[in-house]
Amino acid sequence: MERKKILEIKNMNISFCQYQKGMRQEELPVIRDLSLSVHEGEMVAVVGSSGSGKSLLAHGVMGILPYNASMGGEILYRGEPLTEKRIRKLRGKEIVMVPQSTSYLDPLMKVGTQICKGKKDLVRQKKLDQIFSRYSLAKEVQEQYPFELSGGMTRRVMISTAMIENPRLVIADEPTPGLHQKAAKSAMEHFRELADMGAGVLIITHDLELALETADRVLVFYAGYTLEDAKTEDFCKEETLRHPYTKALWRAIPKNGFQYIDGVQPYVKDMPSGCPFAPRCSRCSEKCHGEIPYREVNGGYVRCVYDS
Amino acid sequence: MILEAKNISFRYGENGREILKDFSLKADSSERVGLAAPSGFGKTTLCKILSGYEKPDRGQVLLDGKPLEQYGSYCPVQLIWQHPEQAVNPRLRMKSVLEEGDQVDPALVERLGIEKDWLNRFPVEISGGEMQRFCIARAMGKRTRFLLADEISTMLDLITQSQIWHFLIEETRRRQMGMIVVSHSPELLERICTRVIDLQKTQS
Amino acid sequence: MKAFAKKQKTGLTLKKSGWNQRQRLLFWLIAAVLFLMAVCIGGMFLDEAAKTTDFSRKNIAPCLAYPFGTDWLGRNMFARTIRGLSISIVIGISAAAVSAVLAFILGVVSATMGKAADTMVTWFIDLVMGIPHMLLLILVCVACGRGLKGVILGVALTHWTSLARLIRGEVLQLKEQQYIKMARKLGKSNLYIAMKHMAPHLFPQFVVGLILLFPHAILHESGITFLGFGLSNEQPAIGIILSEAMKYMITGKWWLALFPGLMLVLTVVCFYAIGENLRKLVDPASAHK
Repeated sequence: MERKKILEIKNMNISFCQYQKGMRQEELPVIRDLSLSVHEGEMVAVVGSSGSGKSLLAHGVMGILPYNASMGGEILYRGEPLTEKRIRKLRGKEIVMVPQSTSYLDPLMKVGTQICKGKKDLVRQKKLDQIFSRYSLAKEVQEQYPFELSGGMTRRVMISTAMIENPRLVIADEPTPGLHQKAAKSAMEHFRELADMGAGVLIITHDLELALETADRVLVFYAGYTLEDAKTEDFCKEETLRHPYTKALWRAIPKNGFQYIDGVQPYVKDMPSGCPFAPRCSRCSEKCHGEIPYREVNGGYVRCVYDS
Repeated sequence: MILEAKNISFRYGENGREILKDFSLKADSSERVGLAAPSGFGKTTLCKILSGYEKPDRGQVLLDGKPLEQYGSYCPVQLIWQHPEQAVNPRLRMKSVLEEGDQVDPALVERLGIEKDWLNRFPVEISGGEMQRFCIARAMGKRTRFLLADEISTMLDLITQSQIWHFLIEETRRRQMGMIVVSHSPELLERICTRVIDLQKTQS
Repeated sequence: MKAFAKKQKTGLTLKKSGWNQRQRLLFWLIAAVLFLMAVCIGGMFLDEAAKTTDFSRKNIAPCLAYPFGTDWLGRNMFARTIRGLSISIVIGISAAAVSAVLAFILGVVSATMGKAADTMVTWFIDLVMGIPHMLLLILVCVACGRGLKGVILGVALTHWTSLARLIRGEVLQLKEQQYIKMARKLGKSNLYIAMKHMAPHLFPQFVVGLILLFPHAILHESGITFLGFGLSNEQPAIGIILSEAMKYMITGKWWLALFPGLMLVLTVVCFYAIGENLRKLVDPASAHK
């Protein structure tokens, strides 16, 4: 059973243009050579540490990059290029984004009106009631203003905003920060439900453990590169993982030993040549400083010269 | 040293919900106490009260039996915040973050994995994990006796999280510094702490 | 998504050739500053020339020898205009400086001295803002006796409000920042926090606000002088030049009003350009264009 690809990103590059000392302008690459695809009914998670620029991936797809960012590569939505014109038409309807910050809600608009984007007819009202009961939000909440909601409720309201439109593609940017484990899990389950209903879901998060609980596939993001694209099952044990960094991540999970390796992610301005993980990798050799291919291994992808 | 919260009650504003009610807690400097509770339970508020950022409506915070505010201008109980990027001034270089601490031991800075190269950078030029290391170093000055860690590793990747906690466990043990840890992850608390308190059970 | 089709090289590359925003801004900044300095310095040397009357060269239309023409008393309009502008700029700078100091003190007092002080200062700001600028200016000028002192004081006393508000808001916001609360707990004094943490945030905003005060100050100075409440008639101020020129306009002496008016606009635009460009450099929303 071949499921249709909803979103395909090929060799995406995003970089920032910044002033260095004085008058010089430099381009700082944030995302390099990122490729991924999201199928119908699939939930894909991109996992990387916070501040590593992975939010820009969502902004890039939605066409809302900041003014000093530029993007290269190809984005296909349902097989056709997602141009600026096309995303403008689809955004908020077929393609929705659940933003990271709760400040994206309009503080002066009642929740119900906000979710329906002002158009409150019977059909929508009915749908809204359904969504609210699914997320166990009381009906009164529709008449409340955002400041009256608790953090968890705000989250659910933001997801509802996405749900009302029957989206085919949902992009969630850090949907769970500051949520208690139980609340975070249930937020993730809401996205899972969306996927089970046939939408493609792309979650961008820093929380690997949480992503593993609900996502189908996990992309591991490190220093601007995607090092591995693995099925969630591959994370059950260390051996099925492909990249040394992913393995190190796995061992650092509290219940898997809480071990650490030394060093830090390299800074964009002093990136090593070749593999970005090479300076911390125990298997680093001469080969690692050359060109590193991104290739398929055991039904997943890895950016490493070794065969796991 | 013993950090003690005695019958603390707290609410925001005059008519706000009472977040903490008659709450008491005692921690020894040889301990690492974990606090677990669902969100909205006032963990952050509790941390702010214990480190003197907020005054409780009733009750008091004592360090070795002496009220916290009598310890002079440097607070011996230091809080490490969840979001390091909000806890450093975006316009100052990272070395001034270290300088702000109380004669932070250079050896400690090195053990934390802070590289010389980072000192001249601005906060936007380093990652969250690196910034959090600076914030930890700043809080661990000479006169610090107790550390409060409020979800300090939630936004970090697992390896950095593990590095930082291993460092903190060793350092607090060496210096006989007490630590109170707030985290949403029971597994993490299990790994780090000598004792975990479930706030939901103590107060309901 | 404009750069979509264009594939990008990875690694550090220097952005497109030609001038980037920062270089363009700097160019305009320097040009504006040079122009204003030229006017100021020129005005000092042209003081005599601006006052000399010579009836042998009455009412000459603009020509090479007299680029702005001469008036009914045979005075060189170019010299008068430059001299007038330089007086205006001096008044503008001193008024803006006084205004800024006032704004700074009141803004900081309002934000740090507690609720009562804050209420007082905001009330006072609202009061001054509620009275039309021109009216208040005229009152202050007349009260101080007309002349340079009156004008400077009048402009200074009416223009500090917006800057004071800005500074009050900034300080209030800064006080709530985690890094400032943290510094308190690390035992840092108020002075340390003000100097180390607040000053770097306030300074750029303050400078921009200060520079954007100049054009207002200059326009108000000309305005009040034009209305006859400002500088005395002997001084070749722009306001005087313009009001005198009014009488001769109908007789076809267009140059008497046109060139001084244009130069006034140019000066104001220059100050405005400096302020705006500085603001763009400082504002994080546009700093990296």
